[in-house]
Amino acid sequence: MFHYTVHTSLDVVEEKISGVGKALADQRELYLGLLYPTEDYKVYGYVTNSKVKFVIVVDSSNTSLRDNEIRSMFRKLHNSFTDVMCNPFYNPGDPIQSKAFDSIVSTMMVQAC
Amino acid sequence: MESLTLSDVEQKYYSELFLSCDVDNAKKVASNGKVLDLFRAAQLSNEVVHQITELCGATRLGHFGRSQFYIALKLIALAQSGLPLRVESLNTVRDLPLPRFVMGKNEQEMRHMFADPENQGPYLPRPPGRVQAKKVSAHETIQPCVPTVDPQPDTTSPVVSPHQSPPTSPHAWRKHKRQASGGNVDRQPSVPGVVWPPFREAQPGPVTGDGMWSAHSPPPVQESWVSFTDTPPSSTLPMHLPSAQPESTTVRTVPSAMTTNEIQRQISGYDDPWKITDEQRQYYINQFKTIQTDLTGLIPGSAAKEFFTKSKLPILELSHIWELSDFDKDGALTLDEFCAAFHLVVARKNGYDLPEKLPESLMPKLIDLDDSAGVPEPAPEVGFSASPVEVTPNKSPSMPSLNQNWPELNQSNEQWETFSERSSSSQTLTQFDSNIAPADPDTAIVHPVPIRMTPSKIHMQEMELKRTGSDHTHPTSPLMAKPPELSDETKLAATITFPGTTVGDGYSSSDSFTSDQEPISSAVNRQRSHSGTSPEGLKVVAPPPPPPRPNASHSRSSSLDMNRNFAAVPAGPQQPGVVAFPPAVPPRPLPTQTSVPHGHRSVEGDGLSAHTSTSPHQMPEQPNFADFSQFQAFAVDQPADDGEKPSDSGQAERCAESTGTMRTAKNDVQAEERNATTVNSAKVSTPLAPPPKPVRRRLKSDDELRPDVEDLPQKSNIIATVLATQPSIPRSIGKDKKAIQASIRRNKETNTVLARLNSELQQQLKDLLEERISLEVQLEQLRPFSHL
Repeated sequence: MFHYTVHTSLDVVEEKISGVGKALADQRELYLGLLYPTEDYKVYGYVTNSKVKFVIVVDSSNTSLRDNEIRSMFRKLHNSFTDVMCNPFYNPGDPIQSKAFDSIVSTMMVQAC
Repeated sequence: MESLTLSDVEQKYYSELFLSCDVDNAKKVASNGKVLDLFRAAQLSNEVVHQITELCGATRLGHFGRSQFYIALKLIALAQSGLPLRVESLNTVRDLPLPRFVMGKNEQEMRHMFADPENQGPYLPRPPGRVQAKKVSAHETIQPCVPTVDPQPDTTSPVVSPHQSPPTSPHAWRKHKRQASGGNVDRQPSVPGVVWPPFREAQPGPVTGDGMWSAHSPPPVQESWVSFTDTPPSSTLPMHLPSAQPESTTVRTVPSAMTTNEIQRQISGYDDPWKITDEQRQYYINQFKTIQTDLTGLIPGSAAKEFFTKSKLPILELSHIWELSDFDKDGALTLDEFCAAFHLVVARKNGYDLPEKLPESLMPKLIDLDDSAGVPEPAPEVGFSASPVEVTPNKSPSMPSLNQNWPELNQSNEQWETFSERSSSSQTLTQFDSNIAPADPDTAIVHPVPIRMTPSKIHMQEMELKRTGSDHTHPTSPLMAKPPELSDETKLAATITFPGTTVGDGYSSSDSFTSDQEPISSAVNRQRSHSGTSPEGLKVVAPPPPPPRPNASHSRSSSLDMNRNFAAVPAGPQQPGVVAFPPAVPPRPLPTQTSVPHGHRSVEGDGLSAHTSTSPHQMPEQPNFADFSQFQAFAVDQPADDGEKPSDSGQAERCAESTGTMRTAKNDVQAEERNATTVNSAKVSTPLAPPPKPVRRRLKSDDELRPDVEDLPQKSNIIATVLATQPSIPRSIGKDKKAIQASIRRNKETNTVLARLNSELQQQLKDLLEERISLEVQLEQLRPFSHL
């Protein structure tokens, strides 16, 4: 169900990227507010220098996280991701199966909630 | 036969013995054979044995029925305790210890029969309830693992074991028990050892007791006993551990309690499953060399990938191994990391599960490459062999949890050996005693913290100069990212003793200020944000306001300078933004300013005086610098304060406040002000011999503000003074607007910082409180605007 949302958000991210050059590494949210009128979640986007996109979907009912928090989340994500990439056994594009990565992500999500 | 009441323990024990004797399962045993052996094992004289036999009625029956047997046993116990053999005493003696039999190590029963040399009070013969309790207590004394399933036998044994410092190896324990039977008996002839009546049961007991042990699997428990024969241990075991269980339990406890080292030695390899033996390490090192001849170098990820792919492990596992072993997350393997990875691969191939986190023994903190390293490690590792063992609880089930079973460890050790053998393809285990060459966990792990980059050394220098003790280099660094001009601005701001450079600009300024006026810094941040140009550049903002500013003195001085400048500047009405003071303030500072400058002069000793002199001129130029007026207001305060306190600090604060006010003034105004300030600074810088960086910043802005320069001669003076105090600022005159804006922003930050200082001054001087308060209020009011 979220996949759809994420995919649509990807479009928005692309749009943003192509727009402003400096928005490459912009941690701005993808769409702050409602993506759908009915759905009350916020989707944040983040693009790395290597065009890897991170999308975070947050439930709005959750006391809206501050922008800084989202940014820090993206930062952590980015760091963990680089760690995963460092692994020569990891082929970019594969689903990430790193436990460390997963643990960091879960910790992050728990903190957010 | 006389009725015989046996305690539970006794019951068990006896039945066990009976079973052991009853090889034919005939429910009765012949007087000869085992029974006799058993009786003899009790180390009683033959007459006594004979007497016992008679008493129990076996003579009559010609064989030992169960009851007779039991009676006999009881009598033996009696005899061993030195009590006269009397049938009546069978049931009367309450505290009769179990009969002890010294046996060879052949029979387990013998083992069981070990008298429990423990001299502990609790004897089995006690009433069941008590006995149990006693046993438990005994056990407890001995070790925690007491009574579990099999209370009696277990209890006894555990009791025993603890005492005896289990021989180095748990096995030894067992063995010990077996042999101990003899030994024990010897030892304790007087001590009613805890015999193991329920020897038989004990056996199953031990098996169950293994449950206690948890780790021990019964077979190994028992069998291993035999195999282990570590005779010495037996001697060490004063108490003989009759049952394997107790041994095991004891062993377990013992290891923890006792000489883990000893055990370790015996167990050597397996107490720490992840320890790398010397050979292994050597092997790994050789392998490392094949890839990377330089032992201190790194193996790139791709090469390592190929290498480990040869091990035919699934990629996922290799990936996991990599994650564990690449300690510094640099995508390359140092020798230590490589050894760890290799070791993990070997372990995995041998069936060990991969740990969740890197075992300590594999952590690259051990740099030693020599084999000896491996040895000492075991010892310490023993301590936490448990930990690695625990760490590897996920070891394949085949491997019993190591921390529980020493004997198992032994086995595991063997398995390790097999590992090495199986290691095949160059996987022979070289010893790894924890990876060598710690791949600098610190370096690697820590992700580069962008923090401050000090783009310009000059800035740093300035900061240093500026700050006497501030260690805000940090703040500066991020700030430094900005072009030098910015740093100049920040410097300027710093001189103004910004509370804490907020973002980029702010930071640099904060550096100079080294004052920890967070609020201001936040304000500055706000300012920055709206300054726009540098915000992005200055990610550093994030950190809290820059470290404490340079001494208040700095700020003071700067403020003083600023005061001077401001005083010069504020001439005109305060900026539109500033509501109150403006008109009133200006006049005041002037006189004070002039006076203050003197103080400054001493401090700065530059053309400040010149500035001060110009201050009056600058006053009329206030209009251009709305903020300046504020500054002047501050300056007014400051001078007064200065008089009382160190002028420098006062000035700095004042200046800060002034600047702060300036900043707080409308954005545009501020921009203007800034420009003005920059201009001033520029001006100031020129007159000043060592143009402080902030001044330079100003200079940059000068380009734009040229027209305004004249307006703010005073300001520039102030700024110059401030700047002078600040460390050299990279001068970038004529930088583009962005830089100027950035510097402006920084100035704003410094302004806020200075505002704080002002408040401080107030307290100190307690002069001009009212003015100051009002000024501060204005500042605060204005600040939000500026930050818009």
